[in-house]
This record gives sequence, structure tokens and C-alpha cells, in this order.
Amino acid sequence: MEETRERAPSVIDRYYTRWYKTDMKGRSCEDHCILQHSNRICIITLAESHPILQQGRKIKSIDYRISDGCSRLNNKVSGKSKRGGQFLTEFAPLCRITCTDDTEYTIFSCIRGRLLEVNEDILKHPDLLLEKPSTDGYIAVILPKLEESKTVTKDLLTREQYEDVVSKRSTQVQESL
Amino acid sequence: MKPSRGFAGPEQKSISPSVMLSLKDKDCPVIRKLLASGCCGRCVLRFCCVGKYSAYQQSCEDLRKELLVFLSEHDGEQSHDASGEAEAGDPPCKKVKLESSEPSSGENASVEGESEPSGVCVACVGVLQDFCGQTYAKQVSEAVRKGDYQFESLMLAVSLPAQLSVREHSCWLHIKKEVREKSMYLDKEDVVQVKDAFKWAVQGLVGKELGATVLTNSAFEVSVGFVHPETDGDCHFLATECPDCFKPTKNKASVFTRMAVVKALEKISESKFLRHYPCPPVSPSSTCTPLQTTCLHTSVFIAGRYNKFSRELPQTPWVIDGERRMEGSVEELIADPLLAAFKADGFNFCSSGREDVDVRTLGNGRPFAIELLNPHRAKFNKAEIRQLQETINTASDKIRVRDLQIVTREATSRMKVGEEEKTKSYSALIWTQKPITSADLDFLENIKELKIDQKTPLRVLHRRPLAVRQRLIHSMSASYLDTHHFTLQLRTQAGTYIKEFVHGDFGRTKPNLGALMETEADILELDVESVDVDWPPAVPE
Ligand SMILES: [Zn+2]
Repeated sequence: MEETRERAPSVIDRYYTRWYKTDMKGRSCEDHCILQHSNRICIITLAESHPILQQGRKIKSIDYRISDGCSRLNNKVSGKSKRGGQFLTEFAPLCRITCTDDTEYTIFSCIRGRLLEVNEDILKHPDLLLEKPSTDGYIAVILPKLEESKTVTKDLLTREQYEDVVSKRSTQVQESL
Repeated sequence: MKPSRGFAGPEQKSISPSVMLSLKDKDCPVIRKLLASGCCGRCVLRFCCVGKYSAYQQSCEDLRKELLVFLSEHDGEQSHDASGEAEAGDPPCKKVKLESSEPSSGENASVEGESEPSGVCVACVGVLQDFCGQTYAKQVSEAVRKGDYQFESLMLAVSLPAQLSVREHSCWLHIKKEVREKSMYLDKEDVVQVKDAFKWAVQGLVGKELGATVLTNSAFEVSVGFVHPETDGDCHFLATECPDCFKPTKNKASVFTRMAVVKALEKISESKFLRHYPCPPVSPSSTCTPLQTTCLHTSVFIAGRYNKFSRELPQTPWVIDGERRMEGSVEELIADPLLAAFKADGFNFCSSGREDVDVRTLGNGRPFAIELLNPHRAKFNKAEIRQLQETINTASDKIRVRDLQIVTREATSRMKVGEEEKTKSYSALIWTQKPITSADLDFLENIKELKIDQKTPLRVLHRRPLAVRQRLIHSMSASYLDTHHFTLQLRTQAGTYIKEFVHGDFGRTKPNLGALMETEADILELDVESVDVDWPPAVPE
């Protein structure tokens, strides 16, 4: 494909800060990317290094029902104050994604906040997750508490730290080969 | 509201008190009883339902003398009036009372020089004794002058201590029988209110002092008020008797508001009232205290249209966490010169929609209206307004204002009527990831009345409810700039989020320009070309 002319900063570059959670819950390479808007809203996405996005894998199913009693699909918010939204902590699961090779991955909230919406489009078109993981293939939108808007990301990695982790990983892989 | 009233000229002294004061023979028992109870002359007139303004404009002393003359003139006739005599039966008692009462104390008595020997009035606690003369009128006028307002007319507002209603009720019960004997049709509502008697007595003096007409309705309001801490306790028994009338409210310092007290007095039975409150009321030892005179001019509304030529200018001050993010704002650039000219205390800005910081508003501009609060100067002619517009426009090249004009409060609502249905035209600089072909641009131009579903954009979702709104893109046209850039002209329904329509907002606007063109699209610049709201009317240059 033809290389595009040097483009101006993208929507994400302009309005969002990228934060990362690597090896989520000790699971190797299960990296999450959290896009925080300047208005404190956070979009949970798969980091480009997440196993699901590697080696031409395909998605079999995505399930927002995280237990018998709880489905993120039932989340409803009303009014300006977003009453009724499920309140999530860092390790709250958002959904489970099963690939065609039957490997299963759980995607987590990574930050504390109120769940505003989940992306139902990826249920109908799982390929969105593979093709546009950082935009149309997002997992969920979370609103941190106003008073926690600065602190919710304190345990996350910056873009620079993330790139560092990923590059170290690949050296390790090469060394082990 | 009462009809607007003029002022009767000074009356001839030679006219007999009955004509002068419009009193009837049958008022004698009422007058006698009230004087004996410690009511001032003006309050006596009030309870006799005298509606003649000039009667209240004499000094308290003269009034009292005339009442006494009136009584003595009617003494003979009174003796024939068995019931009156029987009820009143208290000229001696009156004498005793009058003599035993302390002379009005406090500075106001000597200042006004019209206090009565009988002490502070039990009904008005001095409002109609010490504050109806030239001295107080001068005091009020001086305070108004200090406010430095320009006005041709004024209205007077009076606030009185709530307990005056309790005292009024007690006085009414005291003389109800006598009043009913005068006319069975008379009721408590027919008694002239302290507020009205006060205005009839003093507002002419204030108007004369200030050279302004006093009206019942004027844009310029002068407020005076009185407190009387000594008798504040008068109301307290009502809270025990009618607790449901005195629910605490957030913004009131005391539950004993005039409204609540009046309501409780309507509910309480006569016998209950009399069990808890003396009838007639007890004489206060001090006169009331006047509050500071305050002035308020009703808001002036100014409308116009503005252009915004800067991509670094918010419409309203941009403050995050108490810190200013950007210098200046459209509303300040427009309002500051207006505030200075109208000498207003503050303003409220409103417009037909708003643009983002980085969006310009071109073309005919965006309709706006500004409410100027408490303007000290309110009258401006067309030339002066045009001059103000010029001042705004020369002060900054970031904005420009046209059609500036004074409008009514009601007219400003026309800016918001049908806002949702209105069409807005935009011009946007678009980037696409794929190289643009003329077929792409033709494709866009052929799209008409496109329905899009927009979820509340993420950039405003923190302060607005989450919803999906359907909007219409009426038409689009595109002009090629280079391989990855083109200018897109859009005509859309008001309320369409253009930026989100272009980049898709994480796929939350459907369809979006990127999806339509099967590429990634982004918006680099946005201009509002027109806001099709036909208000305010154009002002010919
Ligand atoms: Zn009085």
C-alpha cells in the first residue's frame, strides 16, 4: 500500500493521552491501551502488542457477559451524572474474547470509574477489533470520578515506558532463540 | 396591581377634618378605640379604610390634631349612637393611655420632628410615624443619587417586618365589631396596608426630590425597608400553632417570612390567636430601624450577530480547575464595552448555538443576546448603539459584531425558537488516508438528506447525557486541494456534530465521512459559514 503523505496529528494524538497496562494480571503480553481524553473520559482498547492482534488470528466470539449474574451489555446510564452505570475497579473484567484457535482472553477495565458504554459493534463485526483496535474496535468507555481523574492512571505506563517494555520483550525472545 | 396614581395637590387647611380626611361619623368609635390603643394617625386612617392619598401626606402631628378635632366635633352626635358609645366608652381610658405612654424615644423622633406624644405606634412600629416625612424622603433620595443611575421614573418597593402582619391582625380583631357597624361589607382586606399608606405619604416627596415620576411600574426600583428586632418575637407563637406554615427553606435566613406569617394568620382561629397574642398589641418601646436604600434597574437586552475569526478564542471564558486556559472570549470581547457604557453590574450571554475554540464563524455571523444586569444607564439611541458596535469592532480583530440593537426580554426567545430545525452551513478542511479521486468528490455531492445517528460525542460526554440523536446532512459539496486534502461544504440540521461526522468518533457516529469514503478521514479546520436564524432583524448601516 502506498505510504501516505506525512499526516497531521490524529484525533487520538490531539485529544487523548495513551496509557498502557502490560502483562495484565501476569498474563504475558496481554497489554491494554487506555486512551484518556482531556475531559477525563477513558476508552479501553487492545494495545497493538496484545496476542489477539498477532499473527493473523481470527476472532470466534466476544462476550460481554462476564458471569451468570452480570453482563456489561445491561449497563445503562442516565442523565448528565450518568446514574446507574456499573462502577468498575482496575481488575473488573469487561469481556472475554475467544479466538478461532479456542484461546480465550479477558479484557479488563484497568482503571477505576463508571462504565458508560461498551462497543456493541464488535459483537456484529469482530473484525473491527482486528482492523481498527484503537478506534472503531474499542472495548468500552469509562468515566473516572472527577476527584480521581488525575490519579486513576498512576499505575499505568506511558507510551514511552510501554515501547520500552515491548522492545525489551522482543530482545528477550531473540536471545532465547 | 393597583392602577398608576397621581398626586393630589396640597389641601386647604380650612376644610373640615371630615372632608380633609374623608372620615364618616361612623368612624368615630374606630378612631377612638385605635387612638386609645396607641395607634398613630396614619394607622387610624388605614383602619378607617381611607383611600385618599393626600390624607396621609400631612404631618403626624397635624393628622392627630385633626382626628381629635373630628372626634370632638362628633361627640354630640356620638352620644346618640348608643352602640358606638357603649363600645368606645373609653374617652377617659384613652386619656389615661395617651398620657401614660412614653414619648417617642430615639433620634428619629427628633430628626423627623413629627413623632407623636403617644409613643411608638402599636400597629406600624413607627414606619408611618417617623419615616413618612421630608427628612426620610431626603435620606432615600440621597442614597439613590449616590447610586448614580439615569432614570425618568421610579417605583418604590417597601419591605416591612413580618410581625407587622401579626400586629395588624390583632388591631383588626380589636376594632372588627366597630368597623362592621360602620358597614357590614367591610373586611380586613379593605384596611389600607401599611405599605400603601407609606407610599402614599412618602413617594411623592421622593419623586419631587429626585425630579422623577413615581409609577407603580417602572424599570427603576428603589427599595426601602424596615426592621424592628424588639418585636420579632411577635411571630413565634404562630410556629407552634401552625407548624406546617413554617417549613425551613434553603435560601431564607428565617422561617418567619411575610408570606408564611400571612398564611398562618389566615389559618389560625380568632380564639386561638387571642389566647396567644394581646389585643390590641403591646406598645413597643423603640421605633423601627430603616434598612439601607437599594436601587435596581431592570435588565437591558442587547442582540446582534457576531463573527469569530480566531481559532484560538473560546466563546465563553475557558476555565479548568479554576485556572484560565486561554486569554479572552467572544462574550467578553462583546460584553466588556457594553458593560462599561451601560454601567451594568454584570451580564448573561446567550447565542444560537456555539462554536468550539478552534472553529471560526464567518458569513452573516451567529445571533446572540446579552442581558445587562442592573444597568445604571439604560437609554441609548440608535446612533449611540452604532457607536458601541464600532467600539467593539475596533477593539479586536478576532471578532466582529453586526446588527447590534436593544431588544426586549421576550424577543430574545425568538433566537431559540426552532433552533433544532434550523439549517447551518459549514466549511471543513478534510484529510483522508487514501488519495482522493474526483469520483469520491462526485459521490459526496450526490448524497442528499443523509440521516446520521450520533452518539453523544466523547468530547462532551462528561457533561451531557449519553444518547443517540438522529441528524440530517442536507447536502455536501467538495473541492479538491491535493491528494489527501479537500474542502467540504456542508449544509446540516442544527445540532449536528460536524467533527464527529467527519472522523467518526470511534465509530460512534454512523455513517461518518470515513465510512462513506471507505478510508480514515479527519477534520483539520472548521468554519461556520452561516447560522440560518432570522433574528435579530438586520440593522441598516
Ligand atoms: Zn402607625
